Amino acid sequence: MDLGRLQQETEYCWHIPAEGPMQGPGILYGDREQILQMDDKVYVQLRNVTMLPGLVGPAYAMPDAHWGYGFPIGGVAAFDADAGGVVSAGGVGFDISCGVRTLHTNLKAADIEAVKTELADALFAGIPAGVGSQGSIRLDPRQMDEMLEGGARWAVDQGYGKAEDLERTEERGCIAGANPADVSEHAKHRQRREMGTLGSGNHYLEVQRVAVIYEPSIGRQFALSEGDIVISIHCGSRGLGHQIGTDYLREMLLAAPDHGIDLPDRELACAPINSELGQRYIGAMRAGMNCALANRQILTYLTREIVRPILPQARLELLYDVSHNICKVESHEIDGTTRQLYVHRKGATRAFGPGNPDLDETLLDAGQPVLIGGSMGTASYVLAGTTQGEAMSLSSACHGAGRAMSRRQARRQYRGRQVVDQLAERGIVIRSPSLRGIAEEAPLAYKDVDRVVDIADRVGLARKVARLEPVVCIKG
Amino acid sequence: MRQGSWEHFEHEADIGLRAVAPTRENLFELMGEALTAVITEPGNVRSVETVTVSCEAPDDALLLVDWLNALVYEMATRSMIFSEWQVELHGYKLDARVSGEPIDRLRHQPVVEAKGATYTALAVAQDDEGNWHGQCVVDV
Repeated sequence: MDLGRLQQETEYCWHIPAEGPMQGPGILYGDREQILQMDDKVYVQLRNVTMLPGLVGPAYAMPDAHWGYGFPIGGVAAFDADAGGVVSAGGVGFDISCGVRTLHTNLKAADIEAVKTELADALFAGIPAGVGSQGSIRLDPRQMDEMLEGGARWAVDQGYGKAEDLERTEERGCIAGANPADVSEHAKHRQRREMGTLGSGNHYLEVQRVAVIYEPSIGRQFALSEGDIVISIHCGSRGLGHQIGTDYLREMLLAAPDHGIDLPDRELACAPINSELGQRYIGAMRAGMNCALANRQILTYLTREIVRPILPQARLELLYDVSHNICKVESHEIDGTTRQLYVHRKGATRAFGPGNPDLDETLLDAGQPVLIGGSMGTASYVLAGTTQGEAMSLSSACHGAGRAMSRRQARRQYRGRQVVDQLAERGIVIRSPSLRGIAEEAPLAYKDVDRVVDIADRVGLARKVARLEPVVCIKG
Repeated sequence: MRQGSWEHFEHEADIGLRAVAPTRENLFELMGEALTAVITEPGNVRSVETVTVSCEAPDDALLLVDWLNALVYEMATRSMIFSEWQVELHGYKLDARVSGEPIDRLRHQPVVEAKGATYTALAVAQDDEGNWHGQCVVDV
């Protein structure tokens, strides 16, 4: 990115000053090198976001920001319904409520060393992953609607998990205001065989070892110690969410002139929150979020069932579940006034600080766990939300490393078998249906997650709590 | 006989599809092949089942998105992968016969599923020599 177009406010904070059609400034977080390495399209996309009607405050780009579609990935922006604000299907994206869930266990690394290949094989056999995989759960139309309204709460009611899981899930497992009637039959049809499936691409289920604890007091509150085994699941709302995104992007794009909206980029397709279309999208998007929460809950159940016969002593308890592609209504203090805003986070993780009333009481002191997924073979992180994050980024932090090279480049540079063998030498067991997929997801195809997380920590968006290193990785 | 060529172009998070062809119909067919190539090698896919696809849009660019999204939908709901595309265009209305086979995870080694076609870097245009160019980024 051309630094000449930015104003440097601090070592890690860069502004795109508001001018012309911009409703507010753009703010990017990152050190000089990170900002330099960001594609110029991140600048263009962040600036475009600031032009959307009803923007409140700045639009933000997290340290892992990269070229997305419409919004940059790693983008955050909030809109006020009463000020003509919009909700954007492009600002949420196709994978509605894609997110990470981490389970902590009572296991230590030594407990699984002898069985990790068996564990990898069992997880790969039992967790539907990759293109063409199907879940064993079939929902009739009534059950589908109940799932879309009930989310993880529905899944627990069906026997997929336990009530305590919900206490550690964003929105306690079920976002209110979902309306299955706003979800097309195409979307429901696409979900028919996809409940309890992982998906593909950068989605994964990983068995990880807690390698470092940076904040022992918060680590204790999250029940994490060095050497512990945790299990993380990264996936979203599957075909249902993809189709909701497809359906509403098109409808919002075509309706934009009727709403008097001059889109700076077609992919930013949006509608006024207070319009009939805006309300329909919100009802459908929330159904998509519940689908993602139910899906991750079912995958949790499957994981527990698979682990039990191999490691009968294992207890898998939910640390947290948080989404990073979503638009949610939240209270934020803007210029001394508390306002209800529609906060879009596209590849950015909500990071509520200590004392936030939306958090379960067991997390009030520590702040919300912020789960940062690495790429296959690289570290993941658990962070905690900060108090200052509220003013800096509407309590938002990064979500991962972001790609350093395209899939095409990665395919040319790496061979899947070679990647599997190199990771095996480091004690990491990979299982995936596709060697080409492994090449495209090679660790070096992603940016350095350590650096992204370091900057998020230094800036104060979130605090580093624990570094997780992979032991077993099931790739979709 | 389909003429022209397709390629994938760089996008940081996802995959760009680009094609050039002597006719609009060929262009849409090649973009279908480029979509299959995101998932697997098109040459490994047999043509054993045929489905019909129709869509209509206000302009060529939106029609391209609709076409790719219709293929994404058919692949997802039928667990199929396609290897032949016969496109007929009547203005901005598309009717196609698309052939392929059920996904065989061992033989196709499918890399990644396409979530949907985006409006990013989207274009369809005819050059001065009459060739049709199209491109679209697909979210994977």
